[in-house]
Amino acid sequence: MKERLQALQQEALAKVKEATTLDELQSIRVSYLGKKGPITEVLRGMGKLSPEERPVIGELANKVRETIANQLDEKKQQLEKLALDKKLEAETIDVTLPGRPVAVGGPHLLTHIVEEIEDLFIGMGFEVREGPEVETDYYNFEALNLPKDHPARDMQDSFYVTEELLLRTHTSPVQARTMGEYKGNKSVKMICPGKVYRRDTDDATHSHQFTQVEGLYVDKDVRMSDLKGVLNQFAKQFFGEEREIRLRPSFFPFTEPSVEMDISCKVCHGEGCSVCKGTGWIEILGGGMVHPRVLEMAGYDPKEYSGFAFGMGPERIAMLKYGVDDIRHFYTNDLRFLKQYHKA
Amino acid sequence: MLVSLNWLKNYVDLQGSTPEQLADKITKTGIEVESIEYIAKKIVNVVVGYVESCEQHPNADKLNLCQVNVGEETLQIVCGAPNIAQGQKVAVAKPGAVLPGDFKIKQAKLRGVESNGMICSLQELGVEEKYVPKDVADGIFVFPSDAEVGTNVSELLNLEDAILELGLTPNRSDALSMLGVAYEVAAILDVPVQLPDTSMETSPVKANDKVAVQVDAPELNPYYGAFLVENIQVGPSPLWMRNYLMAAGVRPINNVVDITNYVLLEYGQPLHAFDFDKFASNQVVVRRAKKDETMITLDDETRTLTPDQLVITNGSEPTALAGVMGAANSEVSETTTTVLLEAAYFDPKMVRISSKAHGLRSESSVRFEKGVDPNRVHQAGLRACQLLHTYANGTVLSEPAIFDQLDKSEKQVTITTERLNARLGTTLEDNEVSVILKKLGFNYEQKDDAFVVTIPTRRQDIQMFEDMLEEVARIYGYDFLPYTLPQGAAQAGGLTKHQALKRYVKNYFESAGLMEAITYSLTTTERATMLVSPEIEQEAVNPIRLSMPMTEEHSTLRLSILPEMLASLSYNVARKQMNLGYYELGTVFISTEKQVTKQPKEKLRAAAALTGEWLTHPWQQEKKQADFFLIKGILEGLFAKLNVEASFEATKIAGMHPGRTALVKVNDITIGFIGQVHPQLQQSFDLKDTFVFDIDLDYILVHFENEPSFAKIPRFPTVSRDIALEVADEVAAGDIQKTIEDNAGKLLKDVTIFDLYQGEHLEEGKKSIAFRLLYFDPERTLTDDEVETSYQSILHVVKEQHQAVLRG
Ligand SMILES: [Zn+2]
Repeated sequence: MKERLQALQQEALAKVKEATTLDELQSIRVSYLGKKGPITEVLRGMGKLSPEERPVIGELANKVRETIANQLDEKKQQLEKLALDKKLEAETIDVTLPGRPVAVGGPHLLTHIVEEIEDLFIGMGFEVREGPEVETDYYNFEALNLPKDHPARDMQDSFYVTEELLLRTHTSPVQARTMGEYKGNKSVKMICPGKVYRRDTDDATHSHQFTQVEGLYVDKDVRMSDLKGVLNQFAKQFFGEEREIRLRPSFFPFTEPSVEMDISCKVCHGEGCSVCKGTGWIEILGGGMVHPRVLEMAGYDPKEYSGFAFGMGPERIAMLKYGVDDIRHFYTNDLRFLKQYHKA
Repeated sequence: MLVSLNWLKNYVDLQGSTPEQLADKITKTGIEVESIEYIAKKIVNVVVGYVESCEQHPNADKLNLCQVNVGEETLQIVCGAPNIAQGQKVAVAKPGAVLPGDFKIKQAKLRGVESNGMICSLQELGVEEKYVPKDVADGIFVFPSDAEVGTNVSELLNLEDAILELGLTPNRSDALSMLGVAYEVAAILDVPVQLPDTSMETSPVKANDKVAVQVDAPELNPYYGAFLVENIQVGPSPLWMRNYLMAAGVRPINNVVDITNYVLLEYGQPLHAFDFDKFASNQVVVRRAKKDETMITLDDETRTLTPDQLVITNGSEPTALAGVMGAANSEVSETTTTVLLEAAYFDPKMVRISSKAHGLRSESSVRFEKGVDPNRVHQAGLRACQLLHTYANGTVLSEPAIFDQLDKSEKQVTITTERLNARLGTTLEDNEVSVILKKLGFNYEQKDDAFVVTIPTRRQDIQMFEDMLEEVARIYGYDFLPYTLPQGAAQAGGLTKHQALKRYVKNYFESAGLMEAITYSLTTTERATMLVSPEIEQEAVNPIRLSMPMTEEHSTLRLSILPEMLASLSYNVARKQMNLGYYELGTVFISTEKQVTKQPKEKLRAAAALTGEWLTHPWQQEKKQADFFLIKGILEGLFAKLNVEASFEATKIAGMHPGRTALVKVNDITIGFIGQVHPQLQQSFDLKDTFVFDIDLDYILVHFENEPSFAKIPRFPTVSRDIALEVADEVAAGDIQKTIEDNAGKLLKDVTIFDLYQGEHLEEGKKSIAFRLLYFDPERTLTDDEVETSYQSILHVVKEQHQAVLRG
């Protein structure tokens, strides 16, 4: 019987090895290990054996069963894996084909710049203020030391609605309004971004509508060196650590002293090139110490309070920072333009 | 202001600075040098030649054959200039010379005759056409007879001069003169200013015996000086003066005109020369013009005057529009022999009004408008007389006729070093401050800790401490100011809730796939009334029109963002960018008055427009056109994000598709609209189907600024019921939904529409809408009975209100 069992094992294992489908394996399992299979048959004939032989043959029979069963399981796993591999192979896709698009919008370049400026000044403790675009002559001009017959009004020809109302020519009226609101006894630290309007014919460098960001800081004992320090910090954060600033004397009716701020040219680092017209510097913004008359009109005592103000044009900054060559690009909303400047 | 450095050197030692170095210093100290121009850099081999003979070219009618002595040799030169003649001294470019424009002069044969050089015009030597004197504009330049043969013309014609163009801010009108610039440069270089010598020989005959001055409007004309110069010989002015004028951008005319222009540029004081014989009277009367009085000015225009303008008269008729332009009747000409020279101070505002009214802005009016130096008016008159004496052979009469009520006093401003340092953030010492004041040429007195500074009248812009602060700071150098940070109490900066929400809304639109647009606020009158939301239409009386628009295109303030946004879509579509989704947050301007007197209401609106395909995925044949429900989905997403409950109600709005437009309502208030643009309007913008909304963002942000409060996550099971209702086509799904919400009781937490069916198996004119009802109670498990009761009451009420029946 021992020989018979060993022969059965050999036979079965050979068939398992040759099997190529799960069905074949199943029929091998049934025919060898089933209740009507040859091993069961052998075990049934054990009655004829001596008591000494019985446990030996019994153990052998179980071993044979186990070996066949193990081999069947192993082969089954092999075949299953092959089947899965084949199925997955058949599911192969071309991964280089484009994906299904999702909607991708984005901010306008000007918004991007304005928000970046806002965030930098917020970081320095400034609040953001807004004001009306149709302004009174008083807030747009008079409160800023530009009385009715002031020659400097020529500098910014304006769109009037009535004799007393006009489209604001700068966002500076928001400064006057804020100071007025604070009634002369509280420090003011604010920036005001917004749309402004001037009587210009639209061309590559002029636009009748554009954007401005103004800043104002009024407190006791504000120094001109503070203006220089704050602008320097802004310039380095906004344009890059390696950029230098310089202030030049200038004139604005609402500041005294007045300054214009240049930053060192990115291209030549101050050596002079065609981008900076050979000067090594590029003009970025204007500012100065708040004119005592402006403080006075807003209810601040210029003997006690002083302050600085500055203003910049996001269009100009965008043109410098990103090389935009025509200011009209900001207002035609050409998709090809808008898509180029997604916030990273 | 154009500043010739060769001219400037007459008043101030430039210390050997190159033009570039000087320009850099001037810019950093306060006056921007916009450009440095050279008339012609390095012209060699061009010398003065004497035309010994000039005959017609044997083979050409229009050419001459000249023998020209250039010093060491005599050259044969062919010349085509019409004004060439024997005996002239001319500019000869010898072979080897290189003229501006890289024009090389070589020996050549012209029509078979040898030519060894070229006789030059001023233009050929680099002088701009518009500055070339008219008499030599069409030909060669002729030197005065005393020019030395063989001299380099570069020097004689001042060709190597560098011209600085100053960009003057309105406060620095003191630099509208060579002397003013000299003071500025002297302060920068710390050198003295050399003033012109105005001494001269005068005739014992007194001018004030021959002419009297009467000023009837001293408030507009506090100073009038009338000088008389007789025996004038009108002719060309000296070459050096012509050179300086051309460098300064003024065309030389004749000695009398040139001298008044020269002094204007030198002193910043405009002068006017009358032909005294034509003046036809011995009195100068200055008065306000009469209403509708007329005069013919030098440019032969008839001018109608008003009483806020000032005229110079001969007692009966105007001879000049004060400060602006002379009259034709007393103009200086070639035959003038006696000049009446006016040196006056006119009120800046009056000149501004007058020059503006007549559209006449000149070198003179510009200076009067800014206010001339009261202490230079008379000096300038003397300087002109001296030059007329020297260069026009004039006899200057003594004792000019003068009217003088002019305040020539100097202001005083007190400064202290302590206060300067406190404002600048510097640590200046008293002696440094006094050095700066000396450089500026300002006299001062030290009293205790203070400097009492006397401000020269040339610096009318300096009136108070802050003005002196700027003077000290700029001469000290802005570069030397320290960098400090404000020492005031630290404040937390930040956005207001409204501003933060605005950014949140923008981010939402962008994540929904829309691109931000920024359009103009000013539009056409037609567009200003187009696609206006009903609630704005109701409030705004008229769109606001500018009183003086530049163009009709930008004449009126918008009441809706949409028209200009459609124009932007149109711009893109014309450039073959067909698939577009834009949004904009912007202001519209609402006036409730017929005649605008008050500031309009400015409302923040959010608008969007979509056209073309949306999220096309071609290789999988997925293609979807933008439609009403796409844009509605985007807007609903916004409301969901902001926790706002909005409803939509079918409506008709001009310019919108009559069957595809809805009002957007929040709290039963209309806050905007949504829908498809009317096909006719679409067509006028060359657009295909376009879907838009325009809503009042202020309303939403103001009314829903609160943080959403926490709602418990349900612990007990929810129960859902589906209900399919058959209704007439015209019944709006939203209305049924609202009826369900209002009548189902508080256990109903949500209603969604999940199916819409029209067609087979349904009666004509009917549709079936399926709703999913979601019930739950956060505190307990619901019973079937409770849900059933609500369900039945819904069936009842929708039947009653919408004739809806349960679909079997
Ligand atoms: Zn550069």
